[in-house]
Amino acid sequence: MIPGPFSYHRPATVADAIKLLSDLGDDARPLAGGHSLVPMMKLRLATPEHLIDLHGIDGLKGIRRDGATIVIGAMTTQHDLLASSDIAGSLPILHETALLIADPQVRYRGTLGGNVANGDPGNDMPALMLTLGASYRLEGASGVRVIAASEFYQGAYFTALEPGEILTSILIPVPAAGHGYAYEKLKRKVGDYATAAAAVMLTKANGKVASCTIGLTNLSETPLSAAAAAKLVIGTSLDDATLKKAAAAASAIMSPAADARGPVEYRKHVGGIMVMRALQRAFAKAA
Amino acid sequence: MAKTHVTMKVNGAEVEGLVEPRTLLVHFIRENLMLTGTHIGCETTHCGACTVDIDGMSVKSCTMFAVQAQGSDITTIEGVANADGSLSALQEGFRMMHGLQCGFCTPGMIVRAQRLLTENPSPTEAEIRMGISGNLCRCTGYQNIVKAIQYAAAKINGVEFQEAAE
Repeated sequence: MIPGPFSYHRPATVADAIKLLSDLGDDARPLAGGHSLVPMMKLRLATPEHLIDLHGIDGLKGIRRDGATIVIGAMTTQHDLLASSDIAGSLPILHETALLIADPQVRYRGTLGGNVANGDPGNDMPALMLTLGASYRLEGASGVRVIAASEFYQGAYFTALEPGEILTSILIPVPAAGHGYAYEKLKRKVGDYATAAAAVMLTKANGKVASCTIGLTNLSETPLSAAAAAKLVIGTSLDDATLKKAAAAASAIMSPAADARGPVEYRKHVGGIMVMRALQRAFAKAA
Repeated sequence: MAKTHVTMKVNGAEVEGLVEPRTLLVHFIRENLMLTGTHIGCETTHCGACTVDIDGMSVKSCTMFAVQAQGSDITTIEGVANADGSLSALQEGFRMMHGLQCGFCTPGMIVRAQRLLTENPSPTEAEIRMGISGNLCRCTGYQNIVKAIQYAAAKINGVEFQEAAE
C-alpha cells in the first residue's frame, strides 16, 4: 500500500511551519508521529498534497514545569512520557494511560500532541485531558491562543483548530499531592482502541471523596466529561449503591457507535463498569 | 514527483538513494538497499514484521517515510550478528529455543527484542511479553519466542539459562 504523491516539508521552527500551513492552505497537513495519518494515507483515505513534518522543530519536544503547570511539547512521544520520572511522580495517570496506548513501536513515534489534536474519538489522551483540566496552546498566523480541552472537541475529527493553526503544547495543572487516579480501558487486544475507557482523578478528605472528575473515551463522537456522575460520588465513601448510581449517570451521557467492538448496549454497559472500576481503584490509591 | 536525495547509516554503512517523498522506509530498505530481511506483513502498523531500529527506537518501517530517516542510524536484521559473523545472543536464543516456525515474523522480533534487552537487560516474562506486544507471530503461540529472549538475556548477563518448568 503506497500513499498518494505529496511534497515533503521539514520546517525548523514553529513560525516556518505556520507560514507553510498558511501559504499551502487546505492541501497541507502537519505530520506528527504519523501513526494515524500515514495509515490513512496508505488507504488513500487521506490525500494531502503537502506534508509538513514537525520532527525538525526542536522546541516542540520536552516536558517542563511552569509554576503549578506541567507543560508538554506537542511532539513529545508516548515513549518520552513513559521515560519521564517527573510524569511518573507527579502525574502518574498520564504514565498509566500512555502505557495502554497501542504497542511499544507505536509509542516510540506516536506523540501526545498528535493524539489530542487529531480528534479521533478512539484516542485515549483527549478524555484524560478533560479529566485533568488541561489546556492546549494553539499557534497560527494570527497569533497564539490557549483553549481548554473541554472546549476543543466538536465532533469526530472536528476540533477547534482553525486552518493554519498548530497545537504546540499541552498545559496540565499539577494535581494535588495524595490524589487518587485510574485509567481503566477495556480493549480486545494490545493495539486496539478502547471498547470503553474511563479516567478518574479524585481527592479524599476524612475517608470520603472530596473532589472528583471523570472522563470517558470512545463512548461518543467526542471525549466526554461525566460531570453528573462525578458530582454524585462527592461526600461518599463509594459504597456499592453510589458506584451504581455513578455508573448509571455516566452511561446516560454515552452514545457509542455500534461497531466491531460491540453493539451500543454492550459498550454502554462496559462503559459503566469501567467507571466503577476506575472510581474504586482511584479511591483506594488516594491518601 | 521530484525525487529527494537521502543519506543515512544502515548497519554501520553510509548509504544514499533517490526517493519520492511517499516512499515508505521499508520499501527503501528492501528495494533500494536490497536488504530484504526486513519483512512487509500487514502494512497497517499492526504486525511488527517491518520493525527496524532507528536512533535507539524500535520503529515499524511501513509507517515512516524514507525522507524522514534522513541522517539517522538504522539497524536491520542484517546488522544484528556479532562482528565476527557468529550469531548474536538473540539469534542463538531463537535457534536453540525453537523461537520460530515459518520465520516470517522473526526479523522484526529479533530487532525489537534487541532494543528491549538494551533498555532492560533482565526483563521478567511479563515485561518480555509486553515488550514484544507490537510483533505478531501466527505460528509459535509466543512461548518459545519468550524463551528465546530469556535465553539471550541470560547469555548477555553471563548466567546459565534455566528454562521455567511448564
